[in-house]
Amino acid sequence: MSGASGGGAALVVVAPGVATTVQDAGRAGWAHLGVPRAGAADRSSHRLANRLVGNAEGAAALETSGGLAVRAEGGPLVVAVAGADASLEVDGAAVDAGRAVALAAGTVLRVGVPRRGIRIYVAVAGGIAGLAVLGSRSADALSGIVPVPVAAGARLAIGSPAVGGAAPAVGAVPPIAATAAAPPVADYLALWPGPRSDRFDDATRSLIASSPWTVTPESNRVGVRLAGPAIASHDALESEPLVRGAVQVPPSGGLVVMLADHPTTGGYPVVGVVDEASVDALAQARPGDSVRFRWRRASDPQTASSPPRP
Amino acid sequence: MSVAVRWLPCGPCATMVELDDPEAPAVLRAALAADVAVRGAAIDVVPAARTLLVTHEPGATAAVREAMERAVAGLGIAARPAASAAPLVEVPVVYDGEDLAEVASRVGRSVAEVVAMHAGAEYRVAFCGFAPGFAYLRGLDARLVLPRRATPRPRVPAGSVAIAAEYSAVYPGASPGGWHLLGTTRMAMWDASRADAPAVLVPGMRVRFVPEAR
Repeated sequence: MSGASGGGAALVVVAPGVATTVQDAGRAGWAHLGVPRAGAADRSSHRLANRLVGNAEGAAALETSGGLAVRAEGGPLVVAVAGADASLEVDGAAVDAGRAVALAAGTVLRVGVPRRGIRIYVAVAGGIAGLAVLGSRSADALSGIVPVPVAAGARLAIGSPAVGGAAPAVGAVPPIAATAAAPPVADYLALWPGPRSDRFDDATRSLIASSPWTVTPESNRVGVRLAGPAIASHDALESEPLVRGAVQVPPSGGLVVMLADHPTTGGYPVVGVVDEASVDALAQARPGDSVRFRWRRASDPQTASSPPRP
Repeated sequence: MSVAVRWLPCGPCATMVELDDPEAPAVLRAALAADVAVRGAAIDVVPAARTLLVTHEPGATAAVREAMERAVAGLGIAARPAASAAPLVEVPVVYDGEDLAEVASRVGRSVAEVVAMHAGAEYRVAFCGFAPGFAYLRGLDARLVLPRRATPRPRVPAGSVAIAAEYSAVYPGASPGGWHLLGTTRMAMWDASRADAPAVLVPGMRVRFVPEAR
């Protein structure tokens, strides 16, 4: 692991932008101690950005909602951007998302505010290094674990590009416009039955799937809050484990879909579970966006809703 | 003993079981942690009040379910780890909590009696949640069972020893909280830099609170 103060290659944060954090595949294996998984909110875009620069899929990268500027220092870097659609510039010249881009030492990559979607991933060949906490460099909003803070002036050490795989040739991977620049906010979010589906009658379950739901501004990395028709509330249960994608019905109304930093247990009934690909899509929904659910049955093929891997 | 079991749906990447015995989830977690098949397939094994969740890749559903069924069957036939065999953690407490007098008044006892009841019981870590290292302890004296405070506090200090419903707990860090505060411990309940054992209290452990002078 490179030391944060070492003389190797680094990204220096010129402008931290909005909601910018370091995220990898998350802190798996500690949920039984109350530690959220964290990790990238939109896992497929995070994976894609890493693959474009030849990293392991779970390497640490930047997650941002835009307004970010970073400068290469201590050597040239190779970067790739995926996720929400935003303007990208290297020293003022426009560059494409969805492909590996060279960042010469001293040059600045600027990431604009998203035009579509809300979360942008900036991966660097070699990955962001530095301190890991419980096996992960991911920032966790719920528990306040922030191994690698992203603030103006911060110097983010970059690891060595993958051993055995040469650093990717810049531009060798063609732009994947449809996937990288415009993550689809899926027409329908695939909703599987949840542990407390049976607490809700058929009419209520139908209502959940037949109504549009609006993403509210209170949404964050802990959960996406949705406003929609009134759903009969239930008393809180004893604490139950939660999964990413769990759809809670809180007594205050609306629905909450658990995102990356969700608590490990909760007391509100979970009516359904949104599957992995649909959570990725929901993680790109902006406040005011409308989403719909479609129920799946246990007998459905589990991959039916997954888009093809890029 | 026999435990009523219900399998609960939880999406393509998780398997959940509900047990009618509040001690079963922690026992089941210990059994699964020792199962090589589960260790290969599971991402997280999470006990809660009456449920246990295993998260896994979609393709591992059958293997995980099979291992869980084996472990659940073991609940009924195998001897559970004797309570006395689980590690015991002694948590020193200064009983100076803001709610001590109110709790005493609500349960119709003196402050000294409340302290004696709280420190006189042996607890088991049933599960963790809410925050890293926040352990829900079962074993509270039934005479101390009170609902959460009507109005939670925006900030409960780190190390606060508290009770609510049939549980006691220690707030590992400063956070909002709605439990009744009985005292404070100087023991650090959570340290993420202890990479092999960040939490003092882990599901299944025994716990005693030991009064100490301010």
